Amino acid sequence: MPDTQALVNDFISKLKKRKIEGSQATAKQTAELLRSVISQTRVPYTNQAAALIQSVKAVGERLIAANPVELAVGNVVRRVLHIIREEDLSLTTAAMAGLNLSAVSDDEDDADRDNQPVLSAAAIAAASRSTLRPPSLQTLLEDVPDSAAIPHTSSSGGDSEGKSKSADKSSRSRKLKHDVIEAVNELIQDISTCHEQIAEQAVEHIHQNEVILTLGSSRTVLEFLCAAKEKKRSFRVFVSEGAPRYQGHLLAKELVMRGLQTTLITDSAVFAMISRVNMVIVGAHAVMANGGVIAPVGLNMVALAAQKHAVPFVVLAGSHKLCPLYPHHPEVLLNELRSPSELLDFGEFSDCLDFGSGIGAPLLHVVNPTFDYVQPKLVSLFITDTGGHNPSYIGEMYRLFVVSACGEGMNFKSEIMRTNCIAEGNFVKSSIRMRGINFFGKLEDRKSQFFCGCGEM
Amino acid sequence: MGAQKKGATARVSEDQEELARNPLQAILLADSFATTFRPITLERPKVLLPLVNIPMIDYTLAWLESAGVEEVFVFCCAHSKQVIDYLESSQWSSQPNFSVTTIESHNSISAGDALRLIYERNVIHGDFVLISGDTMSNMSLTQVLQEHKERRKKDANAIMTMVIKKSKPSPITQQSRLGTDELFMAINPVTKQLLCYEDKAERSKGFISLDKTLIADNPSIILHNDKQDCYIDVCSQEVLSLFTDNFDYQHLRRHFVKGLLVDDIMGYKIFTHEIHSSYAARIDNFRSYDTISKDIIQRWTYPFVPDILCGSSAIKVERQGAYRASDVTLSRSAHIGSFTFIGQGTKIGNDTKISHSVVGEGCTIGSNVTIEGSYIWNNVTIEDGCQLRHAIVCDGVIMRSGAVLQPGVILSFKVVVGQQFVVPAYSKVSLLQQPTQQDSDEELEYADNTSGTGELRSDKLNGDIATDLSETAYELGTGGVGYIWSVFEGAQDEEWKHSVAPIPTDKLVKLMLDKDEDEEQLTQDGNVLSASGELKADSDDNGSEDDDNADSRDDYGFFEKEVEATFLRAVHENVKVDHAVLEVNALRLSYNMASVDCAGAIFYSMMKLAVESPHHSASELHRNAADIITKWQKLLKSFLHDIDEEIEVILKFEEMCLESAKEFAALFPQVLHLLYDKEILQEDAILRWADEKEGADESDKVFLKSSEKFVQWLKEAEEEDEDD
Repeated sequence: MPDTQALVNDFISKLKKRKIEGSQATAKQTAELLRSVISQTRVPYTNQAAALIQSVKAVGERLIAANPVELAVGNVVRRVLHIIREEDLSLTTAAMAGLNLSAVSDDEDDADRDNQPVLSAAAIAAASRSTLRPPSLQTLLEDVPDSAAIPHTSSSGGDSEGKSKSADKSSRSRKLKHDVIEAVNELIQDISTCHEQIAEQAVEHIHQNEVILTLGSSRTVLEFLCAAKEKKRSFRVFVSEGAPRYQGHLLAKELVMRGLQTTLITDSAVFAMISRVNMVIVGAHAVMANGGVIAPVGLNMVALAAQKHAVPFVVLAGSHKLCPLYPHHPEVLLNELRSPSELLDFGEFSDCLDFGSGIGAPLLHVVNPTFDYVQPKLVSLFITDTGGHNPSYIGEMYRLFVVSACGEGMNFKSEIMRTNCIAEGNFVKSSIRMRGINFFGKLEDRKSQFFCGCGEM
Repeated sequence: MGAQKKGATARVSEDQEELARNPLQAILLADSFATTFRPITLERPKVLLPLVNIPMIDYTLAWLESAGVEEVFVFCCAHSKQVIDYLESSQWSSQPNFSVTTIESHNSISAGDALRLIYERNVIHGDFVLISGDTMSNMSLTQVLQEHKERRKKDANAIMTMVIKKSKPSPITQQSRLGTDELFMAINPVTKQLLCYEDKAERSKGFISLDKTLIADNPSIILHNDKQDCYIDVCSQEVLSLFTDNFDYQHLRRHFVKGLLVDDIMGYKIFTHEIHSSYAARIDNFRSYDTISKDIIQRWTYPFVPDILCGSSAIKVERQGAYRASDVTLSRSAHIGSFTFIGQGTKIGNDTKISHSVVGEGCTIGSNVTIEGSYIWNNVTIEDGCQLRHAIVCDGVIMRSGAVLQPGVILSFKVVVGQQFVVPAYSKVSLLQQPTQQDSDEELEYADNTSGTGELRSDKLNGDIATDLSETAYELGTGGVGYIWSVFEGAQDEEWKHSVAPIPTDKLVKLMLDKDEDEEQLTQDGNVLSASGELKADSDDNGSEDDDNADSRDDYGFFEKEVEATFLRAVHENVKVDHAVLEVNALRLSYNMASVDCAGAIFYSMMKLAVESPHHSASELHRNAADIITKWQKLLKSFLHDIDEEIEVILKFEEMCLESAKEFAALFPQVLHLLYDKEILQEDAILRWADEKEGADESDKVFLKSSEKFVQWLKEAEEEDEDD
């Protein structure tokens, strides 16, 4: 436990000091940290999910506060919370499926079961299945007939009933944690492979002899362009240098190393060049729930130029960059003001910053914002791990991603959620909550309706 | 989890593979050993003073930690208990991979003592970073450490690397933007070795001196006055033992650095490392407190800026660099201007205007208050209608309604300013009485800042301060509590230089005028040097000197007078000729003259003496001249090394005859003959003079004609010689 605490503190101080750069690295490290937090959390016999959620939340809040600008941290925390709830839900439903069956087969233990949710071997079997195959209502429903056979075999010996109950308890808690860690591992895997997944789609978007413009440097963009090149597409790239950090220079170098025809231009030349460009492809810092993009400074200008010349503006974003918050949300800090020394040399301008004379206040202000906000209407297309999406679909996209992290068949489920939550404006956020605590809390009471509902769907 | 941990450590060690072998250590001096922040530092150590609402030492420690330092020894002396208590309760005591150890001392009065004590403790095992607790930076140490280590490998005497940064001093005030005096550094541009460090170049002299051997040893030297010393030093272990060996080293720069630069026996070397994009500065006085606060608010110290460094309370940067904590109670009509920091829990009333200021936590500010360029610490109460301009207001101060702080005022802890009272500019107000007049001696300056005063204060504060104060006159208006410190004699002039307030325009104008005068003086001096050079070159034909500038003549005039005075003294006091030669030679060097000038001046003096001594006829004058020349021919001869100088003598004589001593005009050929007879002038010189004069104007030929016979005779004699 103190070990994780140290890890958390270490990570927090790194976040605070802005020592971790890039949302992918941040997302990955956050997920890894949360994984170790989960594995170190002691789980009580009852309500394990709540305990896990609590500890992850506690850590998550501190992480988010450490660097509120890095939205990827919050995104990953939310995803992990979601994973816990999903796993718990699937375990419980699996347990209940087993419960129903065993109730049919064995009536003697009714009283016990009413007092506390005791699981039979069927539940374990179902749960173990669910780890092999991503759990979902659909699979659950499919599984029911199969798993029905198991309890009969396992609970044949009446005297072993008591033992297996206690064993169930501990194994269930281990199960939940195990499942959650498995799912978080998948998430980490997703985050680390998102570049490749996005890059796979490159050929669908980049065509022969096209001219692509990009600004600054983004690993996703680099992989994307190179993937197209590997597929024998020949095209040219304009790289805008991306002042004041000039990461475009690095990207240009990198592209040339990989054999792409590259032209480096200044940021101020973007408008002049845009008429020759077929498509603008850029990376993002975060994608907000309304489809707006928080991106390296200068991109709004590029987006406006692209709009003026009707050039498609394509944003590449891994799923960890999708944020369920709105840009006008008070807790979303949109920008980070970095050191002015990136713009100009302090020594050269030290005489402009002499407060000893005049009014005692600097006449020279140097402002160095890191990000731009690009309105959703300026974005033509988002390309994510799962394919291209229209900005107006981005809210849906978020749900898709959250859901897809847990497996297939979730469209079906998200439909339920949307019908529940669509009335509330902030449907993405509330849908999580609905599927999380609220919904889950009422699950016990409403299990019959729930299943009926599912059946009808 | 294991994998993750490994990943984390791997990242850390990537930056500092070198350092991994030996944990990087730092010595942080949590005592400035100076009195510039009095009266505030009588009650709280300087390193705990809030800088944009965060204690200074936190900036320093945060930077050290992020720069990869693993072990910090905090040396505390004055108010050591406060520093130790603060560090123990702060986040720094529980950081992984970053240990903060305090070293306490009660009797150290200087940085030198501190380092000697640390040396005795034997805790430093390798290269270390030496820094004081009032230094802000965001530079990366990796490069400077690497440079230092590489230099060490090549040369074991390279024991220290100083970090410097470009910063131009103001041309008017001759001080940097941090309020420190203009600093001159001579650096070898190739090796970056520091050769000269002059922080108190004497303005009156207007020059700094460089040892000639420096120029001999170094192919090129760059002399900077636009570099700022960041007071961040990477030192080798030897530095500590050097302090122990030289027990009289007190000040790091004044004694240690200068001592090493002068001392060529040990051959220790100091190098410099210039930083460009990153920030580093030290708070040395109130002016730098103001400047660095503004730099922090403008985010030059990123990532060590309040919104990132303040962990607990959420601080947001709003438009125009306005930092505001989350729970500020702000009246709708209050106006918060640009580059302002408002701390947690502060209440601000109607129509109050705040700009370019820092307001700490838990302050209550009334209506219609104007705050401009001021630093207000925590829990300060400012009632309606107060006005503050460029002031520092410490914790717990109460300003009654309508009180006014003029620029440069310092209100120390818990002072109460009475209603409508106007605190005069640059005054320092404290609950504590001013310590008795200090000795202005530099060394003693340190002695006062020991913890003794701190103890004294706590007794006093806990005790009957109210009764104590009630006896005193109401120095701060009705209901006011506190003493206004008087400014020391002589320091009055300097007060505005180092205060938080910008330098008033009238002072600037005055300085500018002074400066202009200075400059005139300087250009004169400058011309002297170049003009004398010209003189040397031109001395073949002094006739063309007419249009030379008056300055050089002036200076030659001075020289001539000096030589004359020396000569007269020699005559009257019967000084030996050798001694007179020596004296004239000394004069020649100090006026930077050539021996030609000496010959001229001496001859002039001799002739003048001849003229001035009583005489009735031309023959008597001739006799006088002959006597003097005979007696002092040796003196004159010692400056007549070649023919040019002899010609100069003739020309001088000619000039005299025309101007100052016309009586000689008739005697010109006789004296010339006399000089020839006494072998002061050779015939070549006279002939050459005659040749030169041949082509001159008629008016110039007067003396040539008068001495035609003599010249003719000389020529014939020469021809005869040739015939033989």
